[in-house]
Amino acid sequence: MAELEVQIAGVSFKNPLIAASGTFGFGHEFQAFYPLSTLGGISCKGLTLEERPGNPPPRIAETPGGMLNSVGLQNPGVEHFIREDLPWLKRQGTGVIANIAGNTPEDYCAMAERLSEEPVDMIELNISCPNVKQGGAAFGTSCESAASITSAVRRHCKKPLMVKLSPNVADIGGIAAAVEDAGADAISMINTLTGMRIDIRTRRPILKNNTGGLSGPALLPVALRMVWQASSRVKIPIVGLGGISTWQDVVEMLLAGASAVQIGTVLFSDPYAPVKMLKGLETYLEENHVGSAAELTGRVRSW
Amino acid sequence: MKPYDTFDCAVLQNRELAPGFFDLTVSCLQAAQTARAGQFAQLMVPGKTLRRPISICEIDRNQGTLRFVFGVRGGGTLQLSRLKAGDQVNLLAPLGNGFNLGDTSRRVLLAGGGIGVPPLLEAAKPFGKRAVLTAGFRSRDAVILKEDFEKLGCGVRIATDDGSFGHHGLVTDLVEDIPFDVVFACGPKPMLRAVAALAHRRGVPCFVSMEERMACGIGACLGCAIQLQGENGPYYGHVCKDGPVFPAETIVWEE
Repeated sequence: MAELEVQIAGVSFKNPLIAASGTFGFGHEFQAFYPLSTLGGISCKGLTLEERPGNPPPRIAETPGGMLNSVGLQNPGVEHFIREDLPWLKRQGTGVIANIAGNTPEDYCAMAERLSEEPVDMIELNISCPNVKQGGAAFGTSCESAASITSAVRRHCKKPLMVKLSPNVADIGGIAAAVEDAGADAISMINTLTGMRIDIRTRRPILKNNTGGLSGPALLPVALRMVWQASSRVKIPIVGLGGISTWQDVVEMLLAGASAVQIGTVLFSDPYAPVKMLKGLETYLEENHVGSAAELTGRVRSW
Repeated sequence: MKPYDTFDCAVLQNRELAPGFFDLTVSCLQAAQTARAGQFAQLMVPGKTLRRPISICEIDRNQGTLRFVFGVRGGGTLQLSRLKAGDQVNLLAPLGNGFNLGDTSRRVLLAGGGIGVPPLLEAAKPFGKRAVLTAGFRSRDAVILKEDFEKLGCGVRIATDDGSFGHHGLVTDLVEDIPFDVVFACGPKPMLRAVAALAHRRGVPCFVSMEERMACGIGACLGCAIQLQGENGPYYGHVCKDGPVFPAETIVWEE
């Protein structure tokens, strides 16, 4: 049997499949399908210091090979998560990653400090949400701001810190290097690409927020390219995401340079996708005489 | 027992009821045992990122079948309209809360608009003669399921937008002289709002089935937001998990 366990910033995940933030809630709805221990980990729905109502509907629009969302970080707030969701999540036998987003650097720091006292395995810094007016992606689009928020949070964070990067940037490698220098232990990438759809009958954008984040299979080649570029610039591990829908996509993402992957939008059409991916990955490793999933990381034979 | 799951289902029948409206029956033994009136299923469309949420029109526990009546809105529902007997379709079901039918000795008003009529059929069954359907459609050729309600013994009153069948006007025009103790409604928002107001004037409870663009269907992604009236003011609930059926007084109707 090939070894599926992977290490990310000192945290071990029993397999490299992690549910992506925003697509999996806090896990409750998916336990109807399989034990959550099937997954290597869960990156929980993005948290803010206070409860957030989210954006007005419509929040969803389908696109060729993907979808747009403008949920806008609707969440019950970090204290509610710690009180109501985390104790239950910790009993599910899977890695728990708290994804945090803020309006100000102070918000991020306060949440990192608060969560450092709790039994989360890792903190994922969301500096790439395209759907909120303040903060969010604004921090993730320049090397300077990404580095400054990372180093500020680093000082308050006792947990392994993973920074989630936005693809809506000119130089992804530069930003990856900047957050590594600022003290990130890992990088997750990519968040959604900003997009838009318009109803030609009403001439109104389908999303009430006008724009939203594009996810789904259409993102995969962009995500692969960016992970590949970033991995040549940093030594810290990269968790790759963006449109992964099949086990073959998982293998590609690992080869591009990722140490683990996050699975998101495919869950909406097939909640069992991670189960199928695991099986496919295991078979691939065995058939190709690869001893472990970790051995695939970055092993693309680039021209 | 899982509250919902995915199922590969055999298509038993799919026919065009009216131009652009399809009547699909699938074999789904497990979901048929637990599904309730007003719940919905998410139908997988090969090649599409999102499933299509479609309300359950009829549940046959003995046969283990579910019936869906849906309109073609775009590429996804067009693909579903092409399913033929013997094909497979993957369902995520049953989803949502459904109608709380309560005391079925009450007289029920079923108010439907267009493609909002199908989920009312299963709700009508236990009420039979004590149910009256008032339904609105675009025109004569868009009238669907009239005979199905009549077979259950329900009173049926039809309105059309263009007057080509039944009353020329609105669903709410048909209700004045009908006595009822509870209302179940599904249809376009302006109609639901008018029906809710009418029920409120009569002091009768009213339950409305709502629609919103949806992704996961199980309450995880928070995509299908709907503004609801809470104890501490309005908030965003979700059609897939908190609904699709809501007490009318909890809906914040937009201007």
